[in-house]
Amino acid sequence: MKVFFILNGLQTIIDVDPDRRVVDILREDLQLTGTKEGCGSGECGACSILVDGESRLSCLILAAQLEGRQVVTVEGLAAGGKMHPVQEAFVEHGAVQCGFCTPGMVMAVVDLLSRNAEPTRSEVREGISGNLCRCTGYQKIVDAVEAAAKAMKNEGLRVKNDGEG
Amino acid sequence: MREVFIPDHLDEIWDILEREPKALLYAGGTDLLVRLRASKTLEPLICLDGIHELKEIYQQGNLVFIGSCVSHTKLMENPLIQKYFPLLIQAVKVLGSPPVRNMGTIGGNICTASPAGDTLPPLYTLGAVVEIRSIESNRLMPLKGFIKSPGKTALQKSEIVYGVWISTDQDYNVCHYEKVGQRKALAIAIASFAALLKLSESGIIENARFAWGSMAPVIVTSQEAEGALIGRPLTEESLRAVVPLVEKAVSPIDDVRASAEYRRIVAGNLLFRLLKHRNHGNT
Repeated sequence: MKVFFILNGLQTIIDVDPDRRVVDILREDLQLTGTKEGCGSGECGACSILVDGESRLSCLILAAQLEGRQVVTVEGLAAGGKMHPVQEAFVEHGAVQCGFCTPGMVMAVVDLLSRNAEPTRSEVREGISGNLCRCTGYQKIVDAVEAAAKAMKNEGLRVKNDGEG
Repeated sequence: MREVFIPDHLDEIWDILEREPKALLYAGGTDLLVRLRASKTLEPLICLDGIHELKEIYQQGNLVFIGSCVSHTKLMENPLIQKYFPLLIQAVKVLGSPPVRNMGTIGGNICTASPAGDTLPPLYTLGAVVEIRSIESNRLMPLKGFIKSPGKTALQKSEIVYGVWISTDQDYNVCHYEKVGQRKALAIAIASFAALLKLSESGIIENARFAWGSMAPVIVTSQEAEGALIGRPLTEESLRAVVPLVEKAVSPIDDVRASAEYRRIVAGNLLFRLLKHRNHGNT
C-alpha cells in the first residue's frame, strides 16, 4: 500500500506492506538507522520516535498507521546544520557511552521538555523511565537533560528579546 | 502479509468486520502487537486509533464519558479526570512508561482483561460502566461483569468497546492507589490496590470501596471487607480485623514475579497504607 506522511519535515510517500513495523521501514527502506531496535516489545525505548509530537515506540507501530502523521526521528532534530540543544547537552555532559540508547533517550527528552520545560531531577527520571541505558549512565543523562532545559530556556528568552527588538 | 485497516469513522468498522469477521481490533498496539510477533496466523488488523469520536472525554450531567481510544497520557492530562477521578490518575501514572502511556488506551487496558491491568482496580471501585456498540445495538454493562477471565470479555462478535461511563457522584473523600512491582517503570503489578473511603470528621469510615489487582483471574473486590469497616474508626485495629476477610477473598497464583503466599500477605498489608490518610477528616 502507499502511505503518505511527513518525515523529518519532508513529505514522504512509501509503498510498503501495511503490516511492516515502522522501525524496519525507517532502518531498512529509508536508511534512517539512527532509530535502534532493542527489545522489539516496547520495554526498552531504543526505537522511540516522535509521532505528532509525542514519543512513541516504532517497534509497535505498523506502516499503515503512519498515514497522515508527522514523524520526527533522531535524524530530524538538527536544524540548519546545528544540533538540537538536547543533543548538544548529551555530548557536552558525557551522557553517551555506547550510544545505543541515545537516539531513543533523546526523543524521550524532547517529548518531556515539550510538556515540562523545567523538570526536576525526579521528573527527568520519570520522563526517561521508558528508556533503558545498559551502560547505566543515568546520572550524566539526567545532568544533560537539566542543562538542555536551561539552554532551551535561555534560547527561548533570547528569541523573545530579539523579537521585542 | 496481514491486512491492516485504519478506519476514520465508526461506520467503516462495521463493514470491515462483516467482510473480515476474524479481524483483530487494536488501538495503541502495546499489548496486541507484542503478542502477534509470536503468532503464526495472519488475521487482518483494524486499528481504531484514527477514529476521533473514540478519543473524546466529556461530561453529561453527572456522568463522565471516556472514549475507548483515549490514551493514558490524555487521561492524565484531562481536567475532568483530574477533578473527579484522582484515583484513576494515580493508577495511570504508574502504568508502563511515558511512550507506553502515549500509545496505550483505556479501552485496550479493559479489553486485554489482564488481572494486572493498571486501570482496572480504580475503574472497579468507581463503578465504571462499559458502552458496547455494534452495527445494530448499543448496550451498557458494568465493567465488573464485562471482564470474564484473563483475556476474555463479554464482547460478542462484531462488537467494540465504545467507551466507559463513570458517575461523578462519588461520595468519598479519600482515594488511594498502590502498585507493588519489581521496579517502578515498565513493571507488571505483583499486586495492586485501589481504595475509596468516606471518612467522617471524627475519622469514622462511612463508606468504603476496595479492589485488588493480580490477586485472582479477575480483579478482586470484597463487599465483606468493605462492610465490616463501616462505622469503625480508621485505625490499625479496625483494619487488622478485616485482613482475614481480604485473605479469603483473594486467590493468587505463583508466577515469575512473586509467590501466591507473598501476594496474599501483601493484599492484606496494603490495607494499612490507608492509615496515612487518617487525618483526612480533620484537615
